[in-house]
Amino acid sequence: MTTIDRLLFGDNQFFGVNHMSEEKARAQQMRFQDIGAVQSVLDAAYDEGIHTFMCTTHDRVAQIADHVRAHPDRYGDFRFFPCMPYAHKYANAVTEDGMIGAIKRFLPDDGFLDAAFRGGKSFARKDIEGIITLLVDAEMKMFAGLSTPVIWLQNVVVDLLLGLHFDEAFRIFHDHVRSKYGAEPGFITMNAPLLASRLAGLGLERPLICANYNKIGFRMSGGQDAYRAMLESGDVRFVAMSVLASGAIAPREAIEWVCTQPGVESIVFGASSRANIRATRELVDTFWGDARVDARPV
Amino acid sequence: MTRIGVVGAGKMGISHLSILGAHPDVEIAGVCDQSGYVLSVLGKYSGFPTYSTVDEMIESAQLDAVVLATPTRSHAPLVRQCAEAGLHVFCEKPFTTEASESLALAELFRERGLVGQVGYHNRFVAAFQEVKSILDAGLLGRVTHVLAESYGPVVLKPQGSTWRTQKSEGGGALYDYAAHPLNLLNWYFGDVTRSAGSVLGQVFSRQTDDEVYSNLWFGDGTTAHLSVNWSDESQRKMTTKFTIWGTGGRLNADRQEVQLYLRAGAPTGSGYQEGWNVRYTTELSEPVEFYLRGEEYSAQLDAWVRRIGEGAVAGENDFASAAATDVAIQALLRPEGAGDDAAALAPVNGAAAPRWWARWRRRKAIR
Repeated sequence: MTTIDRLLFGDNQFFGVNHMSEEKARAQQMRFQDIGAVQSVLDAAYDEGIHTFMCTTHDRVAQIADHVRAHPDRYGDFRFFPCMPYAHKYANAVTEDGMIGAIKRFLPDDGFLDAAFRGGKSFARKDIEGIITLLVDAEMKMFAGLSTPVIWLQNVVVDLLLGLHFDEAFRIFHDHVRSKYGAEPGFITMNAPLLASRLAGLGLERPLICANYNKIGFRMSGGQDAYRAMLESGDVRFVAMSVLASGAIAPREAIEWVCTQPGVESIVFGASSRANIRATRELVDTFWGDARVDARPV
Repeated sequence: MTRIGVVGAGKMGISHLSILGAHPDVEIAGVCDQSGYVLSVLGKYSGFPTYSTVDEMIESAQLDAVVLATPTRSHAPLVRQCAEAGLHVFCEKPFTTEASESLALAELFRERGLVGQVGYHNRFVAAFQEVKSILDAGLLGRVTHVLAESYGPVVLKPQGSTWRTQKSEGGGALYDYAAHPLNLLNWYFGDVTRSAGSVLGQVFSRQTDDEVYSNLWFGDGTTAHLSVNWSDESQRKMTTKFTIWGTGGRLNADRQEVQLYLRAGAPTGSGYQEGWNVRYTTELSEPVEFYLRGEEYSAQLDAWVRRIGEGAVAGENDFASAAATDVAIQALLRPEGAGDDAAALAPVNGAAAPRWWARWRRRKAIR
């Protein structure tokens, strides 16, 4: 079983994502316009013992990947947990080119889709499987040669598929990530209890799920009780995100709460300074034991 | 169970389909799209019944209601067809390209007791709802002026032709982007009675507008500046922002937060105090049962499904309120000096149905 550090470093702060304030998001975008500023925060996290970078497949992450690849001595334990796809580029493409046009735009130019479309009106299973696996491979290119022990499907895609009852896509993603990358497939969602029941229906054993988990129940669709029941069941491996609810809860209170909940394996957090990274790590150390120790027993 | 058919499986249609697909009181009884590929995938993997024509879906699928997520120009004939079949309708924004048609359809739905709603999701964004409560409570006193802004990255280079780049199809920044702040202005301050100095400018587009600027007047004397640009890639995604000045203070709001400055002597007991107050979406948002892209998208569909259950013809974003926004859009399209009476607006576009509409009706079932 893939082991996961207790504390993972997220990337929202680098790319102008702030769920509380557009002003703060813009200020962060300005500060991190220079990729060197991003790298120096990542270095600070690494030196604080946080070795996993959970990141979108944003174009700028490719520069980070290049940097890490170029300095193997500096980043011996550096792990990427890619989260795909970077949804905005697809959403914008759908607006411009429609569904099919957008998919075509991101597939390698090997004529696969053209052949599939010429093949007839119906999508065969191999067509859908081909499209999903090619899209995954396109997103994974930037991480070639780097350690990617977990590969995540982003919540906007997971939740879209969930509502469409398109569960087969989860299995295709799962099988491809396991077989081609030898990695653990993960699913990010805003609807964790519903997703957990569907993944169980597919027969996936203890799937890895990442979702908001915070004391005030912010963006935990299905409700806090359903989340707790899911975690108590032990049927999923769980990474908590948005633990601070975008800053609505004070750090100490937020981290104490999540660390005392059953079934949470890991926490993903974002920070923009070494002081905040250290403060978060120390809080997790306080309530959870040493955060730098890899792999809680699961 | 409300049996719903979805027409159009593009970006918004797929999103509505997913949210309704997860709704406990809804059964997806049909999906209709021009793309045989998209339909066959949805049929095969989602198990939704698929139809390649609206006519056939309405005839065969035993629907209670329809979601329309098709190009704006198609809305009016489709809404009328649904009304004739006795179906409730959720229609994407803007409602139609003819204010007079919008008003007529609102009346038709009222007469027949049908529940219509238009997808102005910002009215379901908690921060914008809080603005409405602040205004209704009179905390800002008499509102003197408003700056309503929307910016985002849609058209960022000269590009090929889609319906969104065709003004005649209801595309362009005015219909697609400016409609949102205009709709909020209508919600907060009522009908636009006059517009002047309107600029429909182009950044990259050839056939339609990328920028919209205008001065607007409302019945109670409030004035507003509208500033919209969909060729602004400095914004990660569409952002809508309101600044409101009144005798009681000043308010800044976007989808994430509300900042309210109250002058001395502000009413007490509202939870807001003199000086600056800040409320964030984290404390304002009501949770939804299923989340996709934002609480507001689920909340608006849930509100519509509930209204159908209750037979509540009037409600948030009903056709009458959406028609007011079409009136405002039309006011901006009128040449300067063409008269200030927004209620007497003449149609600005020809009324013939576009060619693709005929194709919709002709296409055969594939299943």
